[in-house]
Amino acid sequence: MRSMNIKKRVAVVGAGMTKFMRRAQETGKELAFEAVRQALDSAKLRIEDIDSVSMGSAPDAFDGVHMKGEYLLDGAGGWRKPYSRAFVGGGTGVFSPIHGWFHVASGLFDTCLVVAEEKMSSCLPHPQTAFLTIFDNMLERPLGPNLIWIFALEMQRYMHVHKIPKEHIAQVAVKNKRNALDHPSAQIARKVTLQDVLSSEVMAWPVQRLDISPVSDGACAVILASEDVARKITDSPVWIDGVGWNLDTTYWTNRDLYFPRYVANAARMAYSMAGIHNPRREIDFAEPYDPFDYKELHHMEGLLLCRKGEAPKLTVEGVTERDGKLPICPSGGLLGVGNPIAAAGMMKICELFWQLRGEAGKRQVPGDVRTAVAQAWGDLMQIGTVVVMRS
Amino acid sequence: MLGIGITQLRRSTPEVSYKELMFEAAIKAYEDARVDPRKDVESFVCSSEDFWEGTSIFDEYVPDQIGGALKPVCTISADGMYGLATAYMQILTGLFDVVAVEAHSKASDIKNLDSIYDLSLDPIYTRPLGLNASFIAGLEMNKFLHSRAAPISSLRRVVAKNRGNALLNSLAMNGAKLDPYELSHSEPISYPLSSHDIAPVADGAAVAVLASEEAARNFRDDPVWIAGVGWSSDSPTLETREWSEATYAKLAARQAYKMARIQNPMQDIQVAEIDDTYSYKELQHAEAIGLAGHSKAHELLEHGDFDRDGTLPVNPSGGSLGMGNTLEMNGLVRVIELALQLRGEAGAHQIHGVQTGVAQSWRGLPTTSGAVIVLSNK
Repeated sequence: MRSMNIKKRVAVVGAGMTKFMRRAQETGKELAFEAVRQALDSAKLRIEDIDSVSMGSAPDAFDGVHMKGEYLLDGAGGWRKPYSRAFVGGGTGVFSPIHGWFHVASGLFDTCLVVAEEKMSSCLPHPQTAFLTIFDNMLERPLGPNLIWIFALEMQRYMHVHKIPKEHIAQVAVKNKRNALDHPSAQIARKVTLQDVLSSEVMAWPVQRLDISPVSDGACAVILASEDVARKITDSPVWIDGVGWNLDTTYWTNRDLYFPRYVANAARMAYSMAGIHNPRREIDFAEPYDPFDYKELHHMEGLLLCRKGEAPKLTVEGVTERDGKLPICPSGGLLGVGNPIAAAGMMKICELFWQLRGEAGKRQVPGDVRTAVAQAWGDLMQIGTVVVMRS
Repeated sequence: MLGIGITQLRRSTPEVSYKELMFEAAIKAYEDARVDPRKDVESFVCSSEDFWEGTSIFDEYVPDQIGGALKPVCTISADGMYGLATAYMQILTGLFDVVAVEAHSKASDIKNLDSIYDLSLDPIYTRPLGLNASFIAGLEMNKFLHSRAAPISSLRRVVAKNRGNALLNSLAMNGAKLDPYELSHSEPISYPLSSHDIAPVADGAAVAVLASEEAARNFRDDPVWIAGVGWSSDSPTLETREWSEATYAKLAARQAYKMARIQNPMQDIQVAEIDDTYSYKELQHAEAIGLAGHSKAHELLEHGDFDRDGTLPVNPSGGSLGMGNTLEMNGLVRVIELALQLRGEAGAHQIHGVQTGVAQSWRGLPTTSGAVIVLSNK
């Protein structure tokens, strides 16, 4: 990578988000439309003002629609525009804005509408069955693995290497579900106690029901603009100053899962672009990907926000609370707001936008927040996608 | 465009996996570009769709065989030409100097191609009607012929031209010497579409290596330059689209030509590699990207203008009708064939004295999405 000589600085100028819910009555197109409508309204723009569109959505198997990006096209505002879909599994929600960033930072387009939509509920009997088809046809699928099973392996390894008690990890679920009480779009915001999490149903040890984010439907959208255009649209643009992504080897069984080195690589790429040398000190708050409670901790370490194995301790000490020294997932995260895969990652980008503009309402992180990082994770415990934003 | 690598296109490849096909294309491209994938290539872009692969989140299975593990790698769920556009944007941002683009097809692994096409229709409004891809193509073909008052014999001529061209292309699998008159006796599958009008699916893999101008000059003296890129979509629903026109191609070409400062494509372009996954699509696309006036493509074709020795050769490689339909790889095949022409390395099907060419792709039925790229050796 050559030293950062980025052609155009890119800002987020608008954001929109539907309610996240278990079973939406709307089609995927309609969910996308609602998020786009809100994003356009928030920036006081019309669809005619949009030069290009980037779509994000996770596996076609959820909807049973081949070329799902093409199907969603009109709902997402892509009609007669340069429109395309980037797809990196669960990492998509934070990669789509990076894909949108290419459109604007390259100088090819002044604006790009980035839409992320997921409708998991149409997969029957349960979307988990769609995930059975992500495994290697010959080597793994005959074993019938599912996501909870492989993440239990990863969680176990993380706990074992750092000797982390389950109680420390469960604290993340308590915090995020409580934070989500302040999010108007949240699906499973609630007050739970540590004991509730620890006594919830065991899915695949050490993973229990309340350690996991729910199945959701929903959509999010943001509007990106080049610096000169952004300044005409709004007085308070939020800048995308760093992007990073990194994909590890397919052969996850050959890796030590205790640390997500691919997230660390992606974070280093984004920090170096944003000129951040000491993320621990320079990042004011973070939205790491938290589909499981241990993943928030795993990703805090991958994002170099603390030392390896230190994240559980910071959580127990209250450092990661919304009013703590390093707020983590002030939105409520996937554990509280919900997890419509691609839209969940984008929800974190929306949260950065609202927080950095001081528009997060009851969720607003106290004090002067200027720099924040969002991250998503996906494929076979394999890809990290990272965006650094500044007010 | 520093380097290109492509495997032979074949009806089936039982002795290798898609990973081995990708590996072969990648090695060839890196050798051609004289780059070390682990040292010089900074980012990798793959193009695939899950249902073609039979695997959800296919992005999981791409990094190792192309040298991308622990590097920035991503998947664009689209044709290879869209992947190329993404790589092009990545370089223009200033983020990277060298980026590799990959696309492949393992169509022979697909047990029932038609049922996958069916799954791309709107699950509520159109899928219950039990339409299939050939039915839709037949409707569109009929509309095309009717709106242009073009004889069906012109489409037989497209088939004979492209499959004849493919006889001279060692990568192609469907070359044949055909008499257009003989073809006209074939039975329609969905009137007026007959099996000859449909490009048969093929296996293969392709990789292209792109670089910034500055970096390219460090690696070789004679790269092919990307002069313009465009992509666009029309309405995805069957009910609300413009059936007689390829508006997506028109808009994509407008964007690419603007970037390449091409005002009169019929004059400025000497060779074209365009989508012909159905025979009528070649003529529809030729008009849409300005290689012929509206309703004029069939006349130019009958006049021999699109022949290998004509004034504007179209698909001298044999196109998809002659080489095979490689699904999301089609766009990259067209680009690589165009690059070979501009490098003067197209062998027996070389067109002499070409400086600027256009490649165009379409994502296939039932989509209205496609891309256009202008390449030049100047």
